[in-house]
Amino acid sequence: MPDPSDTTFRNATIAVLVENEAGILARVVGLFSGRGYNIESLTVAPVDEGRRLSRITIVTSGTDMVIEQIKAQLDRLVPVHKVADLTLEGPHLAREMMLIKVVGKGEHRSEALRLADAFRARVVDATTESLVFEMTGAGDKLDAFIALMRPIGLKEISRTGVVGIARGAGGLLA
Amino acid sequence: MSATLQTQTEARTMTGAEIVLQALKENGVEVIFGYPGGAVLPLYDALFQQNAIRHILVRHEQAAVHAAEGYARSTGKVGCVLVTSGPGATNAVTGLVDALLDSVPVVCLTGQVPTHLIGNDAFQEADTTGITRPATKHNYLVKDIGKLAATVHEAFYVARAGRPGPVVIDLPKDILIGKGTYQEAPQAPHRSYRPQTEPEAGAIREAVALLKGAKRPILYSGGGVINAGPEASRLLTEFVRMTGMPCTNTLMGLGACPASDPQFLGMLGMHGTYEANLAMHGCDVMLNIGARFDDRVTGRLNAFSPASKKIHADIDPSSINKNVPVDVAIVGDAGRVLQALIEAWKEDDAAQDKAALAAWWRQIDAWRAKQCLGYVQQGSIIKPQHAVRRLYEMTRELGRDTYITTEVGQHQMWAAQYFGFEKPNRWMTSGGLGTMGYGLPSAMGVQIAHPDALVIDIAGEASILMNIQEMGTLAQYRLPVKIFILNNEYMGMVRQWQELLHGSRYSESYSAALPDFVKLAESFHAHGIRVTRAEDLDAGIREMLAHPGPVIADIAVAKDENCFPMIPSGAAHNEMILGAGQSGGVAGVTDEGKVLV
Ligand SMILES: Cc1ncc(C[n+]2csc(CCOP(=O)(O)OP(=O)(O)O)c2C)c(N)n1
Ligand SMILES: [Mg+2]
Repeated sequence: MPDPSDTTFRNATIAVLVENEAGILARVVGLFSGRGYNIESLTVAPVDEGRRLSRITIVTSGTDMVIEQIKAQLDRLVPVHKVADLTLEGPHLAREMMLIKVVGKGEHRSEALRLADAFRARVVDATTESLVFEMTGAGDKLDAFIALMRPIGLKEISRTGVVGIARGAGGLLA
Repeated sequence: MSATLQTQTEARTMTGAEIVLQALKENGVEVIFGYPGGAVLPLYDALFQQNAIRHILVRHEQAAVHAAEGYARSTGKVGCVLVTSGPGATNAVTGLVDALLDSVPVVCLTGQVPTHLIGNDAFQEADTTGITRPATKHNYLVKDIGKLAATVHEAFYVARAGRPGPVVIDLPKDILIGKGTYQEAPQAPHRSYRPQTEPEAGAIREAVALLKGAKRPILYSGGGVINAGPEASRLLTEFVRMTGMPCTNTLMGLGACPASDPQFLGMLGMHGTYEANLAMHGCDVMLNIGARFDDRVTGRLNAFSPASKKIHADIDPSSINKNVPVDVAIVGDAGRVLQALIEAWKEDDAAQDKAALAAWWRQIDAWRAKQCLGYVQQGSIIKPQHAVRRLYEMTRELGRDTYITTEVGQHQMWAAQYFGFEKPNRWMTSGGLGTMGYGLPSAMGVQIAHPDALVIDIAGEASILMNIQEMGTLAQYRLPVKIFILNNEYMGMVRQWQELLHGSRYSESYSAALPDFVKLAESFHAHGIRVTRAEDLDAGIREMLAHPGPVIADIAVAKDENCFPMIPSGAAHNEMILGAGQSGGVAGVTDEGKVLV
């Protein structure tokens, strides 16, 4: 039983396996907005061969009681197959991808390239005055790289939001 | 293709409208409440050419949904609704949300513009699935006739499985006109939605151990027991008697435990009885079956039953630990849970503390001795409580199977307090949404399902006007519904809150310019009665009950009566106000409480 007097917020990465059908994302997002839950990030894509199932990864935050509610509310949506709290259920991996555009010349440009190398970011587009890096990793690593690029000439960022999976042999459909 | 094979295939080819009707029949639909329009004309055409399904033409789509709710709640079947696109669908929304909050199984078919026009702002186009997504348990837009039959089957399954609720199927006109083949309902379980109905044995044993060791136990049950079917109510009563514990019901749960049972404490919550609320406050073990710790029931959460261990059985896991954290969670159908509790109680050989239980009952009897529902009927002015009490007593003498629906307001609470229900499914009220205008259409649905029963809508003069057009439906189908108006010339419940919380400033709560209800009844081919004096009350009720057709009985009652007991919003169970004298301006209500509704 979650302790209701516990008001500390925690983050939760929740994986949801759903029918890949029209309106499913609206249902999930509507549930969050209608009940006042946070969404820090949400990603979705079909994950099976026949494209019948989609996997949604939601990063949210709340008290234990609220997160229990979120899971129970998701689970009761008709097209939802399975809900798992990756954060609670054991070690898991959480990764994000980002494309980040940096504009600059000379000194700035070489500094950006040097840092990108250290962060294992790949150059995926380049002009004489701009670079686009592709980078994956945990969110805080992406944040750190962004912070370093800001003074150099950060122009634009596109991030996917978190995708997650449990470590080990287990899976969402057991 | 050979000639015989060809005729076989042709035989199986039907229009979308025919497929829908066939699927409704397969799902046991006998009656559909609806209102036609352009987008659903193919369905009305198909209805015209068959006799298996009866169509009841309402006068407003909201009423169609409430009628289906009344039908569903009084029979345990799924109610069925048919409305057109655009305004037909938007008019139905209030009914859908009502059914959602009270967990009533309803399937609502809505017409839609043809698929190629969706998104074009076509005539009478509305984004029905978008609008009704948070108003339904689930909804569908059918874009492929190949999936039509399967969608209807699934909709019925979803409406009734687990915690029941309303389901919308949006049907574009080209799908209704197109040709396809019929598929029967699948035998295989649903891909993703398979609610748990069978409780876990471990949780049941834990619950029984707590209850056996209890010194001050209480059972609190709600609409979940009613939804689980009459057998669940029978089991509930059996369990209450075998354990010797007191039982209270929520507004939605009335009838699960017979009102005349000595162990029944009446309704609990905001306008519940003194004994029920104090027993909830003071118990040491609480067993909640099929209720959801709603704010009308708990009062201020941090003061709710502070010293008790709580057991919560519900078919919907999201209801457990939502408002009130519990010690034992049981997921399952109320009937299955009660069956398991009864068996485990018999198997568990621990002895009950009979002495403690006897002391608990002495305490409860002392609370009962306050007679919190007592009132004094003096003089000619009719007390509304007295009107309901006499209605109850006179219908009981009559001995007919009686179904009560209500509108929303003080009269609804008086009906819950002063009308006793011996059986489940006899009481239809809008609990969760509190929808004025629910009672009359809901009564229509009940009367359609039970043509020989006595069906009474206990109404307020303001609420009844919200769906008064349904008098036409009563007349058309000769539905002998009795509308019993407690006419206090006020939106009484609003006036009560204004008196208690807003310095008696009666802003816009007076029912001005009321119609002459007798003439109104007559203009709708019904019988009208008006009673203004207490001496004439019984005669008025007798006349209403004796009349074979629909009746409006307009009962002029005291205008300034308040509904007590009352736990003001944001107060605790043990801070309840018993009566006008005791209220002292509701000193207990904090600003925090005033924010609450
Ligand atoms: C559709 C709708 N609008 C407004 C309300 C708010 N409301 C609750 S009770 C009430 C007054 C009802 O008056 P009446 O039907 O005369 O019943 P009474 O309380 O006088 O018995 C109102 C306006 C509501 N419940 N439903
Ligand atoms: Mg009134």
